[in-house]
Amino acid sequence: MALFTSCAADLVAPGPALAAARVLAATGAEVTVPRAQTCCGQVALNSGHPAPATRLMRHWVATFEGYDAVVAVSGSCAATVHHRFPRLLTGRWRPRAADVVERTWEFTQYLAQYGGGLDLALTGDVTWHDACHMLRSLGERAAPREVLGRVRGLRLHEAADREVCCGFGGTFALTYPEVSCAMADRKLADGAATGATHVVSSDATCLLHLAGRAERRAVRLRTLHVAELLAAALPDGPGSLAEVAAA
Amino acid sequence: MSAEGEGEGVSGGGEGEGEEVSGGERDFGTGERPGSSALRGAGRVPRERPEWAAGVRPGHRPLLPVVTADAVAREESARTAERLAARSRERPGDQWPEHVRALRERAAHIRRETLDDLESHLGALTARVTEHGGTVHRAATAADATAVVRRIAAEHGARLVVKSKSMVAEEIGLNPALEADGIEVVETDLGEYIVQLGDERPAHIIAPAAHLSRADVARRFDALAGAEQAQRPRDHSASALAGFARARLRADFRRADMGVTGVNFAVAETGTLALVTNEGNADMVTSQPRVHVAVMTPEKVVPRLADLGVLLPLLSHAGAGQRATVYQTLLNGPRRDGEADGPDALHLVIVDNGRHRILGTKYEDVLACIRCGACQTACPVFRTLGGGHAYGSVYGGPVGAVLAPLLDEHPGDAELPYLSSLCGACADVCPVRIPLPDMLVDLRADHAASRRGPAAAAWHAWSVLWSSRAGYLASLAGTAVAARALPRRALAALPAARRWARGRTLPDLRAAGRLRRAVRRTAGRGSRAARHRDLP
Repeated sequence: MALFTSCAADLVAPGPALAAARVLAATGAEVTVPRAQTCCGQVALNSGHPAPATRLMRHWVATFEGYDAVVAVSGSCAATVHHRFPRLLTGRWRPRAADVVERTWEFTQYLAQYGGGLDLALTGDVTWHDACHMLRSLGERAAPREVLGRVRGLRLHEAADREVCCGFGGTFALTYPEVSCAMADRKLADGAATGATHVVSSDATCLLHLAGRAERRAVRLRTLHVAELLAAALPDGPGSLAEVAAA
Repeated sequence: MSAEGEGEGVSGGGEGEGEEVSGGERDFGTGERPGSSALRGAGRVPRERPEWAAGVRPGHRPLLPVVTADAVAREESARTAERLAARSRERPGDQWPEHVRALRERAAHIRRETLDDLESHLGALTARVTEHGGTVHRAATAADATAVVRRIAAEHGARLVVKSKSMVAEEIGLNPALEADGIEVVETDLGEYIVQLGDERPAHIIAPAAHLSRADVARRFDALAGAEQAQRPRDHSASALAGFARARLRADFRRADMGVTGVNFAVAETGTLALVTNEGNADMVTSQPRVHVAVMTPEKVVPRLADLGVLLPLLSHAGAGQRATVYQTLLNGPRRDGEADGPDALHLVIVDNGRHRILGTKYEDVLACIRCGACQTACPVFRTLGGGHAYGSVYGGPVGAVLAPLLDEHPGDAELPYLSSLCGACADVCPVRIPLPDMLVDLRADHAASRRGPAAAAWHAWSVLWSSRAGYLASLAGTAVAARALPRRALAALPAARRWARGRTLPDLRAAGRLRRAVRRTAGRGSRAARHRDLP
């Protein structure tokens, strides 16, 4: 199995990818982190530059097509592979992409299917943020809830607006910073109102945006990637979310 | 669709006949020809909206990010966002009830079937409307369309026009065009009336006053009534406010020379014009004045009368969560001999205004839009902007961000496709399955392609660098070195970082490359295996 870590992990957020590797290894999978991997092209595509995006997509296909399974640590990148690759890649690249896309999973999707044997325990109160691309492009809202439901001691508090965008949106966060931050404020207030201490999600980038905003506004809601949560819930983990936060 | 969402449940309509008409009417018994009763005192209503939300679009428009920053900062915005979010919670994303899901699929098909052969449906519609005694006009541009309506108004000596909601009338600037001829135009949809009093554009396709609270509406009505205490709304409950507007509007319905409406759907098979409201104002506008002018864009045509059985309930559901609107008005030409009411003349004005350029392109699907406004209500960006004037275009929200640049009316509209986080909520709620997020991405690509410059070259160079392992790793190393070498303050001065830091603490770029080192340490065997599969 290959772990698709995303460029965000390489640049600013290594934690979720390393945690995902530990969790997947605990399922008994042989986890490889292909060194040639770079970026799926999503940022370029959404910024209006499909040609550079397509170049990166081809590189992605060539990097990952030799593996039995590809597991993505980002719901958004997984959605790009599933939703965008078949639309943008042409010629001989189209069947090659279709072939590997079929074997590409978002992290919690894979665990919902093959992670049943994991022994998970972690006490604490969390709320789940349905990251948009995971939810709508990938159409996945059940898998993370199912996996979190297997963690003994964990209480999941559903927020009223759990399916509303956090305001990150890639370059949207830079193009319209005031709108983006106002959206984060609503998300944070909504999450905090549930009584949870942590907002958990499938995308490190949404969480960077929310964490950065929470810190600026001194909101007491912390962020945690679902892979980091699950790694902490493994048998040698800290046992409680409070200890994760303290670490 | 009517002013279903103005503020906290102000809703019009639904009262019995014979209510005492207060104020207005008794002033106009004899003598001098009266002006509008509904607009008397409108000059006293304060202009609370920002300049960019004015009824007539200001000639100069500030850059979109400036407008949106102002819009977010307005006090009203958070309240509006909460109201619209509450509406969205009632009708969540992709959770279509079983009976509506079937309608949705059928409607999506009907709309595309129509677009495939638009001209022949329009030809049939024209023939049927003409047979019924109506007159059909085709207008290529906004100026052509307003010229047609002005001519009709002049021929009939119209001085007072009552109008039922029409977005295309907003698009072509019909009110100012008629007003330039000395004609008074009165909006009779409650939400439209409220925004007209404040000289604002509608904020939402079906809920023009969605950005206003009940208190805002009360303030406007009180100002309108001025010193005449007896005319003021008795209290500020929704029903009292609606009653006040109703009384004011009723006199105008009776006296107007001409009625102007939009068209929700026009049936090619029968020449039927279908209008839906929750207030019955379209019935008044089309039955009381001597002349009825209906304005529509070409894509409002539907092939068969039976299609209304699919589209009207779907429109009601998607727009307002109703099984049906309170009123469904079906018109088949002007009044015939022996009929009790209806206009002497009916004119149907079909305005293209750039639509023919969209047909046959990858954006054709946007013409399937049935103007339910669901995408606006669902869009968290639209909501955050306090109800949407900030788009600067006639059509706000996701569908506006797609349509406005395609209609190409203002160069600034090309920025609108970037005013989206691409969250996709709009596609979930679209009753006719328009892939709005994909279109926004495509429009961004068109926009970028139209201005080949340093940005495009930079993306190109970046993708070349990042499609090789060595280049990618080098850029990671470079980022980490820069992050360590530069003080945080210097990093925060870089353009992207500065925009991020406007509201958020910066993530730590010194982490760049850390993942690679950690993987090398912990998974040596695996990564060696992977190396064989790397690109040659």
